[in-house]
Formats: sequence, C-alpha cells, structure tokens
Amino acid sequence: MTFADFLNNPIQFIGDWLTQVLTNWGLSDSLATILVYLVGITVLIVFAMVLDIGLVWVERKVVARFQDRLGPNRIGPFGIFQPFADIIKLVIKEDITPAGADKIIFNIAPVLAATSVIALWAILPLASSIFGTDLNVALLYVVAAGALGTLAIIMGGWSSNNKYALIGAFRMVANMVSYEVPMVIILLIPTILADSMSLQGIIEAQRGIWFALLSPLGFLIFFVCAIAELGRTPFDLVEAESELTAGFNVEYSGMKFGWFYASELLHAFTFGGFIAILFFGGYGGFFGLEKVSGFAWLTNPFIEAAVFIAKAMFGYWAIMWVKYTLPRIRIDHMLAFNWKFLVPLSLVVLVTTAILHKVLIVLPTWQYVLGMFASNLVIASGTIEILRAEGRKRDRFSVQPAKKQEQIS
Amino acid sequence: MHNEWLYIGLFLIIGIIVPIVPLVLARFISPRKPNAIKQSTYECGIETVGESWVQFKAQYYIFALVFLLFDVEVVFLFPWALTLNKLPLYAVVEGVIFIGILVSGLVYAWRKGMLEWA
Repeated sequence: MTFADFLNNPIQFIGDWLTQVLTNWGLSDSLATILVYLVGITVLIVFAMVLDIGLVWVERKVVARFQDRLGPNRIGPFGIFQPFADIIKLVIKEDITPAGADKIIFNIAPVLAATSVIALWAILPLASSIFGTDLNVALLYVVAAGALGTLAIIMGGWSSNNKYALIGAFRMVANMVSYEVPMVIILLIPTILADSMSLQGIIEAQRGIWFALLSPLGFLIFFVCAIAELGRTPFDLVEAESELTAGFNVEYSGMKFGWFYASELLHAFTFGGFIAILFFGGYGGFFGLEKVSGFAWLTNPFIEAAVFIAKAMFGYWAIMWVKYTLPRIRIDHMLAFNWKFLVPLSLVVLVTTAILHKVLIVLPTWQYVLGMFASNLVIASGTIEILRAEGRKRDRFSVQPAKKQEQIS
Repeated sequence: MHNEWLYIGLFLIIGIIVPIVPLVLARFISPRKPNAIKQSTYECGIETVGESWVQFKAQYYIFALVFLLFDVEVVFLFPWALTLNKLPLYAVVEGVIFIGILVSGLVYAWRKGMLEWA
C-alpha cells in the first residue's frame, strides 16, 4: 500500500485501511463493513451538500449574467461566501407554520424533498472507482427517487392549507403523470445500446462513442423531460409566481424553504450529471483516447471525477440557460406538448433505435454509427415536416385577427 | 463483501438525518413568536374564505389513466430492452408489435378527444 495505490483507487485504499483498522480492534467483519459504509456515505453526502452550497452561488451568478446584472459581489471575492450568508439567514429566520396546516406532513415534506435528491447520489458514479454503489437496476432507481421528489412537492402543497399551494401541487401531479412517460421510454434507449441498466455499464459502453451521437433525438427528449421533471421554466407551473405567488412552497419559511430551494438546485445539477452519464459518456467517453499511449492518465480517478463534474456542470448550465431564456408554458399546452408530441416521437425513436441497433450491430462500427445518426436525422426532418403541415392546416382554418375596433368618439 | 441494498438502506437513513440537522438547529436558534395574524393563511392580504381541502375538478384525470397504461407498459419493456442483443430478430419485432398495440390505445384516446384540456 503506497501513495501510488492511493492515487489509482482512493476509495478502495481508504476503505481497505479503515476495515483493517476496525477488524484489528476486534470488530466482526460485517460490523466493520457497516461502519465503513456509514463513513463513506457521510463523506459522500457532505460532499454533495458542499457542492450544493457552491451551486447556490453558481446559480445566482449565472442568472445575474443572463439578466445583465453583476450578481452577488459583496461577501468575499466574487461574492463566493454569499451562500453561507444565505444559510445563516435562513437558519435564524422564524419558522412559521400556518394555523390550518397539517403539521406532520408539512414538516416531513422539505426533508423528503432533500432526501429524494440525496438518494440519487447513492448511485451517481463520479469516477470508475468513486461511486456509492453500482446498482444493476440503477435506471429504475433514478425514476423512483425522482417520483419521491414529486411526492414531496405534492405533500408540501397539500398540507399548507393554502389555495395557491394546493393548485401548485395539483399542477405538479399533472406534470408528473405526463413527463415521466417519455422520460422512461427514452431511458430504454441507453439500456438497449449499452445492454445494461447500471450506470457503470452504460458509461463503459460509451468508451468508444457517446450515445448522444447514436441517438441525438433521445438526448433532446430526455433533456426536455428532465427540465419538466425538475419543474423548471418553461415547465415551472408549480411555482408560477405571476399567478400562484410562489406555488407549493408559499407557506414555507426559514430553513424548510431553504431545503426546497437547495434540493431544487442539487436536483438540477444531478440531472445534468445523468444527462452526462446517459448520453455523453459520464466520467469516460474520450472516444478511445485513453487507450493511446501517453493518455493513460485519463483513467485516473481524480481526472475522471473532474471530467464528470465538468460535464454535469455543463448540463446544469444548459438547464439554466433554458430556464432564463424561455417564458412559461400554459398548462394545457404543456400536456398537449407531452402527449401529442413527445410521447409519439419518443416511441418512434425507441422502435427505430431498437430495430436498427439489432440490424446494424453486425456492420463495422463507422457504418453502425452513421446509420444510427442518419436514422435520427430522418425522424427529425419527418417530424418537422409533419409539424409544418399541421401548422399550415391550422392557419387556413384559424380565425382572422379581429379588425381594430373603431374609436368611441 | 459489498451488499448494494444494505448500502442503499444506510444511505437513505443518513439521507433523512442530514436534512433534519439544520431544521433542529434552526429550532434552537431562531425566534419563536407566533401570533394569529402571522399564522394566518397567506392570500396576498385578503382573509381566506373556507378551507383549501375542497373537491375540485382535476382536468388531467384522463391523462392520469393513460399515464398508468404507459407506465405499466414500460415496466414490461425494460426486460425486453435489456436482453435485446441476445434475442432473435422475431422477438424484437414482437416487442415492437406490443408497443404498436399500446400506441393504438393512445391514438384511440387522441381521436376520442381525451387529450384535450377540458
């Protein structure tokens, strides 16, 4: 056990060392394992929380830039300590529970919101050797944990005994029962391409080529569904400020509100990470560069973790970019967009990918990649043609804009 | 020895404890001066009328039914997708036919005007 071992596989190194220390103390093997797990889990969650604090700063700074402002710039260099000031403020604020609220559910909801996001970190591979655990049903776990977050919002909205919050929660249900369908359908595509449902397996399958190049449409649909699942603009009907004041969290104050806010940011970042894992090769995906001599350092866990964080940050930034560019969509448009556009499209993409993958896999790699990419282009152009035709049909029957009313003199 | 589900279980327990810690901390150091006005339901300054827990029409009721259909469908599709590379081509086509049957359900709902916000 040398320093080189530590650099090559830090988690294994520390874990082995800790287990050895604990067993030397006379603990049984299983108890030692549980204790090592607990230490590892705590470190991972604390890392996620520290990252979350950083995200508050990133979010505020980036929003400011999108809106042509400076953002936080008073506390520390570039306002970097602003989130700590925010946290202190939130913790010392009075925590108000509205009189008519269902107190138990009201208090559970923010905790559940945070837990649902933290739970995602149990399977998030930061590097080939730095990860919580490698579930073989990881994709289903992701969907389940996502639904838990939705449940937290529904609980928070319902238990507040506030009409705005209740309508916000109801909209969240509409959102969830819609956008989960194309999302889960699209999750089948990495499963087919990688022949695996574990995130490690999906990343390993992308060592040569990113799935975003094999299924660009799948990536785009997943991106839209991720934004909808997060309840961010243009799908932020849950907290539509102009009509629902703050939506589901209108009655929350202090640190309970803080958890909703923090978990939303961490959720967005985590989904940026999932986009990176499912379609952009996660911590790997160097197009086989790591096998070339002189580039073996790319498989170092620290480098891999840095690559993953960078990719996830990019996904997070893209989600923010959409959020601060587009206006809010109307709820009937939101459901129509899902059921009449995304679901049929995602099914077409799934069927095409499945059949073409089966047929083309025997061909040389470049022909396979080209075929998959071309099929997506054909679907995309076909979709655009159908939409255009539909648009023309609507134009013909649409009511002409009413003439300007005469002025009352 | 690495037990995945033991790990997930422990992770969830710590994942529940971590968010509770600042809430407990806040309980000790934040002021607590409740009064009737402060605790009243927020409605932009107007006093609230009646309870919020009333029955009202959820327009997306039919959407929820279609959602249920598709969600169950996907559960059946995951094993198919997972073994796709080992399956013979006719089994792949069978999966596609299964999807086709469900699409016809969606088309039916669409033609019946169930996918309209009403």
